[in-house]
Amino acid sequence: MKAVCFYGKEDVRVESVPDPAILNPRDAIVRVTATAICGSDLHIYGGYIPTMEKGDVLGHEFMGEVVEVGRDNQRLKVGDRVVVPFTISCGRCFFCKEQLWSLCDNSNPNAWLAEKLYGYSGSGLFGYSHIYGGYAGGQAEFARVPFADVGPLKVESSLTDEQVLFLSDIFPTGYMAAENCQIKPGDTIAVWGCGPVGQFAIRSAYLLGAEKVIAIDRFPDRLALAASHGKAQVLNYDEVDVPDALRDLTGGQGPDACIDAVGLESHGTTLDAWYDRAKTSMYLATDRPHALRQAIGACRKGGIVSIPGVYGGWLDKFPLGAAFAKGLTLKMGQTHMQKYMPALLERIERGEIDPSFIITHRVTLDEAPEMYRTFRDKEDACIKVVMRPGHQQTRMPN
Amino acid sequence: METVVLESFEDQVAYSEIERWVTLATAGALMAYGFSRRNVPGMCLAVAAAPLVFKGVSGSWPLLHGVLSTDDTRVALSADRGIHVRESIRLEQPIAEVYRFWRSLENLPRFMTHLRCVTDLGNGRSHWEANGPAHVKVEWDAEIINDVGNSVIGWKSLPGSDVVTAGSVNFSTVRAGRSTQVSVHLQYSPPAGRAGALLASIFGRNPASMIREDLRRLKQLLEAGEVARADADAPGGRR
Ligand SMILES: NC(=O)c1ccc[n+]([C@@H]2O[C@H](COP(=O)([O-])OP(=O)(O)OC[C@H]3O[C@@H](n4cnc5c(N)ncnc54)[C@H](O)[C@@H]3O)[C@@H](O)[C@H]2O)c1
Ligand SMILES: [Zn+2]
Ligand SMILES: [Zn+2]
Repeated sequence: MKAVCFYGKEDVRVESVPDPAILNPRDAIVRVTATAICGSDLHIYGGYIPTMEKGDVLGHEFMGEVVEVGRDNQRLKVGDRVVVPFTISCGRCFFCKEQLWSLCDNSNPNAWLAEKLYGYSGSGLFGYSHIYGGYAGGQAEFARVPFADVGPLKVESSLTDEQVLFLSDIFPTGYMAAENCQIKPGDTIAVWGCGPVGQFAIRSAYLLGAEKVIAIDRFPDRLALAASHGKAQVLNYDEVDVPDALRDLTGGQGPDACIDAVGLESHGTTLDAWYDRAKTSMYLATDRPHALRQAIGACRKGGIVSIPGVYGGWLDKFPLGAAFAKGLTLKMGQTHMQKYMPALLERIERGEIDPSFIITHRVTLDEAPEMYRTFRDKEDACIKVVMRPGHQQTRMPN
Repeated sequence: METVVLESFEDQVAYSEIERWVTLATAGALMAYGFSRRNVPGMCLAVAAAPLVFKGVSGSWPLLHGVLSTDDTRVALSADRGIHVRESIRLEQPIAEVYRFWRSLENLPRFMTHLRCVTDLGNGRSHWEANGPAHVKVEWDAEIINDVGNSVIGWKSLPGSDVVTAGSVNFSTVRAGRSTQVSVHLQYSPPAGRAGALLASIFGRNPASMIREDLRRLKQLLEAGEVARADADAPGGRR
């Protein structure tokens, strides 16, 4: 089959690779009908995610049709249309039972490796390095889905792929980011980053009852979408002093909650840099302004800073003193996908939101290398790329 | 002036502590990852990380002791002799099920990958076959010396075995009765003594992490019904 493969920093290729096979009793194989490139994939593309290997199949946002199920999978049958969550979870461990799906104990075959780095391991992830399990991703014609009896969400309504695809990651991610803000009527929420995650965080904050959302970025097209579709008040950080502006907009009190939908790349605190730092001991010397520090500084006393943006290593000059002095709550982590997917599908079915508003580019799998670059450079007003692996059956029988 | 000097001195101490810690963590992760690949670039990565370890580690390597020469578990494993491994894990499974699974000793090779097979010989006796260093077959007979339902199983090897081993596994309910904790205490003198174990540990197969991985697989089997596998391991898979 055809798949988008990692070959190194800024080197993504469309290759022919063997078809996936059922390896475990609860598996399913999905023929991918739609898949997207995520901001998280850009961290890989930039070479910032360790333990990626040449030839690894990329992608964790995908959906499709079930073409094969393992013998213990009683929930899916061939022909089902499913959206696959990017987190792989067993559904039966302590963490899954607590609805902390992205912290599943049983889905990372390389858990010991993650434990070395973080103390404990989170769940396995599709197409996101060997530290997260080494699972092949979904930017391919077919994908193997482990624990397919608890992960994939069946879509039986007539909604299009484009309307439900983002249930695989960014809609639940933006939603959880907003839910973590514990929004009360009248609240003002500030969102750093108007990429796909930020856009869904803005929409979700209003869905959850925010009175005002303030969105921060520097790309005019993204700010325009946040203003037009998201109804956010926008701040271009190239033009205004963000902390000052936030203070003015909130009567000197500060936003009730702040969302960092930017992640590790805005600050130069890349994993790459972290490795270098460990070697060169330069790590304590860096001091660049970044979104998370700004969010902590801007947040009102007793407020919440919600962090859907991904961080990987050790943060330099992290203003814990400010967070402590103001009694802030920090919430973060990979999204607990399975907890949110069914309810968010209902919201789409009820017409409360149509997630396809985010799509700017519709392409085939072959155009992936070019699209990774376009999306990374925010060229051509690119916000979200959806790829269609094609509809003809090209899979070899096992 | 004095305070300034003191502060910068303290800064230096904190600085080097952090540096040492980051260095060690990085080196550990790199080496672990490198060795896990079992290929040339992986090994190179692991070897390249070794100087980091030396930079990060203070103190010295454990001293090598003489090879133990008796097969009597009481003598060979008494006090702090032999190698002790203690690991535990929690499962969302009723204690009776976990105990029952373990008590059927034939199940053990399903999650202890170094074991080839365990045969129940009756009367609490069993025959064990394992992969020793360099894939040499290691065999021993063992007997259960302590067995309290849903609580503890203890065993020791019998004279005439390749290895001298004794161990116990304790089962207890935790988290207000919702979860089960399994705690393993293993003692053994391996074929090549402590030196062998030390050598093995350099290649990522140190006894504690091996037992830890065994328990992780036990948990996966009993909770999830299967052991997690990524595509790279698939027969005819990508690699
Ligand atoms: N927690 C999760 O489970 C999860 C899931 C998906 C994505 N993510 C992460 O969310 C983050 C955003 O993803 P995305 O797809 O929207 O990526 P993206 O790259 O499209 O968007 C990031 C946006 O942040 C903006 N930005 C950069 N620096 C900024 C600053 N200092 N202040 C304000 N804005 C700034 C950029 O201009 C860009 O528009 C990434 O880190 C991604 O890895 C996390
Ligand atoms: Zn994503
Ligand atoms: Zn789980």
